[in-house]
Amino acid sequence: MKYELVAGFETHVELQTKTKIFCSCTTAFGGDPNTHCCPVCIGLPGTLPKLNERVVEYAIMAGLATNCEIAEIAKMDRKNYCYPDLPKAYQISQYDKPLCEHGYIELSNGRKIRILRIHIEEDAGKLIHNHGDTYVDYNRGGVPLIEIVTEPDFRSVDEAKEYVEKLQQIMRCIGVSDCRMQEGSMRCDVNISVRPEGSEKLGTRTEIKNMNSITNIVKAMEYEFERQVDLIESGGEVVQETLRYDDASGTTSSMRSKEDAHDYRYFREPDLVTIAVPRERVEEIQARLPELPEKKLRRYVEEYDIPEKDAAQLTKYRSISEFFDKASEGLKAPKTASNFIIGQIFRRLVTEADKEAFDISTSAEQLNELCKLLESGKLKNNLAKTALEKMLDSGKPVTDFVSESDMAGLDDATLTEYCNNAIAAMSAAVADYKSGKEKALMAVLGNVMKQSRGRADAASVTAKLKELIGK
Amino acid sequence: MGQIKKIHDMLVSGQITCTELTQKYLDAIENSNKELNAYITVTPEVALAQAKAVDEKLARGEEIGMLEGIPMTLKDNISTKGILTTCASKILTGYKPIYDATVYELLQKEGVVMLGKTNMDEFAMGSSCETSYYGGAKNPHSLDHVAGGSSGGVATAVGANIAVYGLGSDTGGSIRQPASFCGIVGLKPTYGAVSRYGLIAYASSFDQIGPITHDVEDAAIVFDAIAKYDERDSTSQGSEPALPTLYDDIKGKKIGIAHEYLDGVREDVKQAVLDAAKAYEDMGAEIVYFDLPELKFALPCYYILAMAEASSNLGRYDGIRYGYKAEHYNGTHDMICRTRSEGFGKEVQRRILMGTYVLSAGYYDAYYKKAVNLRGAIVDAFDCAFEKCDAILAPTAPVTAFKNGYLFGEETDQIEQYLSDICTVPVNAAGLPGVSVPCGVDSEGLPIGMQLIGKKFDEKTILNLAYKYEQAENKYIETKWGVKL
Repeated sequence: MKYELVAGFETHVELQTKTKIFCSCTTAFGGDPNTHCCPVCIGLPGTLPKLNERVVEYAIMAGLATNCEIAEIAKMDRKNYCYPDLPKAYQISQYDKPLCEHGYIELSNGRKIRILRIHIEEDAGKLIHNHGDTYVDYNRGGVPLIEIVTEPDFRSVDEAKEYVEKLQQIMRCIGVSDCRMQEGSMRCDVNISVRPEGSEKLGTRTEIKNMNSITNIVKAMEYEFERQVDLIESGGEVVQETLRYDDASGTTSSMRSKEDAHDYRYFREPDLVTIAVPRERVEEIQARLPELPEKKLRRYVEEYDIPEKDAAQLTKYRSISEFFDKASEGLKAPKTASNFIIGQIFRRLVTEADKEAFDISTSAEQLNELCKLLESGKLKNNLAKTALEKMLDSGKPVTDFVSESDMAGLDDATLTEYCNNAIAAMSAAVADYKSGKEKALMAVLGNVMKQSRGRADAASVTAKLKELIGK
Repeated sequence: MGQIKKIHDMLVSGQITCTELTQKYLDAIENSNKELNAYITVTPEVALAQAKAVDEKLARGEEIGMLEGIPMTLKDNISTKGILTTCASKILTGYKPIYDATVYELLQKEGVVMLGKTNMDEFAMGSSCETSYYGGAKNPHSLDHVAGGSSGGVATAVGANIAVYGLGSDTGGSIRQPASFCGIVGLKPTYGAVSRYGLIAYASSFDQIGPITHDVEDAAIVFDAIAKYDERDSTSQGSEPALPTLYDDIKGKKIGIAHEYLDGVREDVKQAVLDAAKAYEDMGAEIVYFDLPELKFALPCYYILAMAEASSNLGRYDGIRYGYKAEHYNGTHDMICRTRSEGFGKEVQRRILMGTYVLSAGYYDAYYKKAVNLRGAIVDAFDCAFEKCDAILAPTAPVTAFKNGYLFGEETDQIEQYLSDICTVPVNAAGLPGVSVPCGVDSEGLPIGMQLIGKKFDEKTILNLAYKYEQAENKYIETKWGVKL
């Protein structure tokens, strides 16, 4: 029997607000343990939370960017559970009145992954185990999170992978989070069940936690799918439980069963007042929202004639698309700028982190200048490439590396001279060409280029050669 | 003239220095606290340093504010930087906050002299001060009787004049009832009038800090100083000052009496309240009678919601960061369990368990949700009642101070303890202001109190009414204790 995968995602995204959700401590990652803390975020008796308005704004941005409806009235609730990294023994979250609901993200295969809700909440601290002792670091406690919950709409691991990538792109583009899975600023839990293909009934699901990369999500989902199918095939039954994915062994193991599931005893957070979101505020935020990656990508492909694969790379990080947008300003063919970025610049940005940081010494304006010289025909392609390398090495503008004479090109007399020299020097190739081997002309062309130190334009050289040889 | 104004005049005229005054109070505490058990922590260094600053100011010929240099006390659930704040619980043994509560900050700006931190029911859970880990405070009118609760220590201290005034907290009557038992004035402000920042929470949607004072004018002075909007408390709004209208005529004011408030109230207490109504009529006010049947929901509604919130608020006491930690344990989970079992008293554990129960899956709808709805009905009922009157007059408690141990005696069941709050909790459920004023004395010489309940953020009306009554009928009784000025 063939089985179908059914999965849903719960994704925690840390918001990049300057301060924490309920106090004015910094949200900066790292720092010595317990140095980004105050009486409020370590939950000292008598302290009260004060909602950071920025958090509400960022969550609304995330909601709008994922086609959600924004609630007019929302409220905060307490989720009660006891764990040393949670200093109040409850997390302030949203239960039945989240800020955003009923959105979707569209995948490349045309399927829409429905987003059930997006709510805001506070992060917990971290436990550090060391030589049998356990320490608590509350620096992360109170860092704002949004939790994005989807319907069980995924039918393949590929869809899941694309969703996570898309989500990262969107959140980065609107500037609410850097979504770095390794640093924990994006964390995914996946609910998985399987069912015979064609069946409408949902199977018993398991939930996998603790996956810190897209690679792990893919591996864990593939493993868990196989495990559930094998279990059913061998006459067993899937048990509803929470699983932990172990990177080293590539397997999932049980964290807790359904019976051990927490009763969070949600109730309204009495220390905070209702959150009212007037429609004008939503409209105002909507108006400020930058162009989303999906729309940007379509624009690059359709209007700029950039290959989809390249467009996807350009829109992956906001830093790149912003650079590209500036570098391609006023160009007849924005693709020129794209080619330089994807070709030469990316060669210098090896890792994903490098690409995201996009820390290069050449400015978008400088690349724009280079592209314009190229477009106007003043600068030949190969010279431009060499110039860009030098620009990237030095941070200096293109005019530092190409002379007036480079840009002036070759006069006809010099061109004729070079061509004649080449024809004389490469008689064999010329003969081949004459006998019908079109490609042989390339060798002669190369010789001319060498003489001109790259200043010659390949098309005019070819024309000149054909003219001279044909005589 | 009120006590605060009187002392203020003495300081300004140089009849007494602030240091001498403070020392008198410290000596009086020293002499009586063993018997009264009002203070958990006395802070002579703090008080004398603060007094010295006031004296220096006076010596420079500078003007001082009305509260400047007036020796006072804080209930031990109000956070004070570097000063023990125990909530009268073993679990907060040794806990010294690293920040000041907003009210204490405000009073420090006024030039406060803080004598120490006063006794209370553990985490403010109780009506007699007897759930305190440190033993209950005694009634200054009779050591055989309790001070009331939960702010029993403040009430004893003010009643015995070993503090001029104090700040207590009122979640279900904890300011008004002990004020009534000790024969003084206690104001529970509107929910949101005074910042809760720094008040160690019992039930967050009910808790409110307020003054316990010798007289009504003192209550108005202290209230005006602390009823300020605080950005650190999202539920705070401040309120209108009460002093400007305190001495106004009350002719034509309508005072309501709800029959339900008199049900089950002891005869002498009921009579004292009705006598007060008569006194108001004599002053030109109009008394209107009506039914307020929703009052009978207030008690269960209050206990369900307060315990639910308490079960969550008290989750943080786990022995990891501060306070008491069990000595012997096996792993983190066991450490937390033992710390809480050993650190919390019986009544606190009972309320945490009940609160956890009413929030549990499967019971939430039957208890918590229903109580939330009832609370809405109580709010609406009061709104209706206030269309008929400016304030409501009621007993503060159905009885006078209990005998020591009575609430926890073998013949007293748990419900009876909770029932003693029947007159005070409706105000908390509806978030209204209420002030308790002495209105008589029983056959044993114990004070009887009545309360005036006002519209939201209308403390000024009930204080005005209370002031006029006090002027006409003053029922204050001196005790043998404390500073004689």
